[in-house]
Amino acid sequence: MTAPGNEFFRFTGQACAARLDHSAFADDCCIPVRTHKEKNKRAQKQQLKCSVDCISALKSPQKELDLKQFNRILVPVVLFASVITFAGCHKKKAAPPLPPTAPPAASPAPTAQITATPSTVAAGDQVQLTWRTTDATSISIDGIGDVPSSGVKSVTPTTSTSYHLVARGEGGTADATARVTVNSAPAVVVPTNTMSSEEEFRANVQDIFYDYDAADIRPDAQATLSKDASYLASHPDIKVVIGGYCDERGSNEYNIGLGQNRADAAKSALVTAGVASNRIRTISYGKEKPFCSESTEECWQQNRRGGFSIDR
Amino acid sequence: MKRITQLVFTSCLFLSVQFASAQDWVHTGSNLGNAKIRLAAADFQPLGADPGTPALKATFDSTLYADLQNAGIFDMVSKTMAPQATPGSQQEISLPQWSAAPASAEMVAFGSLNANNGRLIVSGWLDDTRNTASPQVLGKQYNETATQDMARTVAHRFADEIIARLGGGINGIAETQIYFVSSRTGSKEIWAMDYDGQNQHQITHLGSVSLSPRISPDGNRVAFASLDRSGWAVRMYSLELGRMVSFPAGAGGGTNQSPAWTSDGTKIAFSSSRSGDPEIWVADANGGNLHKLTAFRGPDVSPTWNPRTNSQISWVSGRTGLPQVYIMDQDGANIQRLTDGGYAISPSWAPNGALLTFSWNRKYGPGAPGGQDIYVMDIASKRWLQLTHDAGSNDFPSWAPDGRHIVFERQVGGHTQIWSMLADGTEQHQLTHVGNNFMPNWSWK
Repeated sequence: MTAPGNEFFRFTGQACAARLDHSAFADDCCIPVRTHKEKNKRAQKQQLKCSVDCISALKSPQKELDLKQFNRILVPVVLFASVITFAGCHKKKAAPPLPPTAPPAASPAPTAQITATPSTVAAGDQVQLTWRTTDATSISIDGIGDVPSSGVKSVTPTTSTSYHLVARGEGGTADATARVTVNSAPAVVVPTNTMSSEEEFRANVQDIFYDYDAADIRPDAQATLSKDASYLASHPDIKVVIGGYCDERGSNEYNIGLGQNRADAAKSALVTAGVASNRIRTISYGKEKPFCSESTEECWQQNRRGGFSIDR
Repeated sequence: MKRITQLVFTSCLFLSVQFASAQDWVHTGSNLGNAKIRLAAADFQPLGADPGTPALKATFDSTLYADLQNAGIFDMVSKTMAPQATPGSQQEISLPQWSAAPASAEMVAFGSLNANNGRLIVSGWLDDTRNTASPQVLGKQYNETATQDMARTVAHRFADEIIARLGGGINGIAETQIYFVSSRTGSKEIWAMDYDGQNQHQITHLGSVSLSPRISPDGNRVAFASLDRSGWAVRMYSLELGRMVSFPAGAGGGTNQSPAWTSDGTKIAFSSSRSGDPEIWVADANGGNLHKLTAFRGPDVSPTWNPRTNSQISWVSGRTGLPQVYIMDQDGANIQRLTDGGYAISPSWAPNGALLTFSWNRKYGPGAPGGQDIYVMDIASKRWLQLTHDAGSNDFPSWAPDGRHIVFERQVGGHTQIWSMLADGTEQHQLTHVGNNFMPNWSWK
């Protein structure tokens, strides 16, 4: 092995460049250099790469054309090199001055940059991605897909996400990443979940029904109330309002009184089953808010009800 | 055949005698028992050339006639049988013309009407047709703005004068108001109208459910029950001030509803569940001295005071199961049950203190036939008379201050309207036609 030095540099610089036009691995073999500083760093990386790849390619023309074989080596190397180059380029400072490089005779290498504003949000907030690329023919952002060479897009990440921009062109590949940190919502009830918690409540805390002119809890109602009480016991933050309802027959005034008795009876039963009294409010609707309007026994039974809903 | 005819004849006689005696105590109690006076109301004479006069006169003539006919104490001479004359003064009237057949009037009301310069001037007289020496019973003059509303109002006033003079000293109801609930705007609100269904107008705009309006004896405030997020409260609207005023006793948590004024306007009884079960409570009209009267299981609602003495209350209690009508002293003592079964609700105590009207379904229960009808009961004897038959579901009767009329709600199909009738069940007239209307309350004057 020849020691890293001008010899390799020579290969990477003009020798490699001379090969660019003919090599199928041109964009894998030599990574374009942008700044003077980076030139120095990449030169070192290019040395590493070229010493492994380009030299063997030069020495073995067949191999130069053997895509499969070189892909097995080149792709991971390229990925490794691109990661350490871009990840490391900020950290590494001391680098030897780069000897002047001849401008590549081929297409300029693509550039890519991407920013996310703001970079820290709460769940559900919008983030604006802004990206810009040059000399690229194929631009994409992981998780979004193909995008124009430059643009702006709003995203609403639900968890912390890295937006990885990849720009490919004839001159090579460039990529950039913007990271968004999503803070989890506070421990209180999340507004976006009210629909499902309402539905869950309805499924688990079911209404009970009464006989005509009665406010006593029937056996079937008692069974329902036991289940209702269990759900309320396991969801101690929920407060309940019980509505007392009556069928259409009889006096508005008497039915408001009867509805109150029905709601109170349901509340007593829940309290007996262990639900704290201060979690339960009662209200009578009499026959003023019916659930159906037919003058039939079925409808009348539907309306003789103790109705449960979340007390907000 | 002869025997059958005889049998039918005797049974008819027997039944009519029975029917007559059943009505007698009602007629006596409601001042409908006296022989009806045959009264003629002439079309008034138009004076002046103002083009607005004919329309105003038409309204005045028809309103006067209707008021006198509605009073229930006159045998009105129909316009087709009356002389076509329109005497405008004592000098112009020919009394023999009116006392002769086919009119055969005992009394005649007549006069003149003039709409001039925006003023409506009406002169009216009531004459005894058989007293040719001094026929005039009363003479009145009215001067108001010339509008349709005032034409009606003047007719109402003149009719009430005649009724008071000829009706045994009891004031007429032509100027009274009926307060009621209407849902025609989308929510149940408190409304008011003239006793004949004219001039229906909205009072509350609460956008919630408002029920059971009860006007104060002085006509200034309406108490009612209204639903809000925390339950039902008895609230107060001042007609004088045109806004809600406070009634602190009315909101105490739970259901507070069905307010009832004493006839001197000093106290309000109502139903409240603030102590758990709905009971009858009483407070001063300003909300002070709040105390509980009843302590029974089951809802206790719908109180009404004896307006003659203010020392008794009738109300509805579910303490034995289905609601029944009771009376008690105003301190809660001397409880008496008045109804013997069925489903009895919504009592209203008559002005003379002797009769009660309420709504009753005597055959209540799943599968049992029977309807909800208006009944009137003599409290002392517990004799009762059914006033409505086979016509919808009837509830919430309220006595007129003359003790001769009852207003109530009737539900037919899906629609509920307000009707009035005489206290013997005759002369049933529908007062409302728009939307659905409920729970009427007749004013005190």
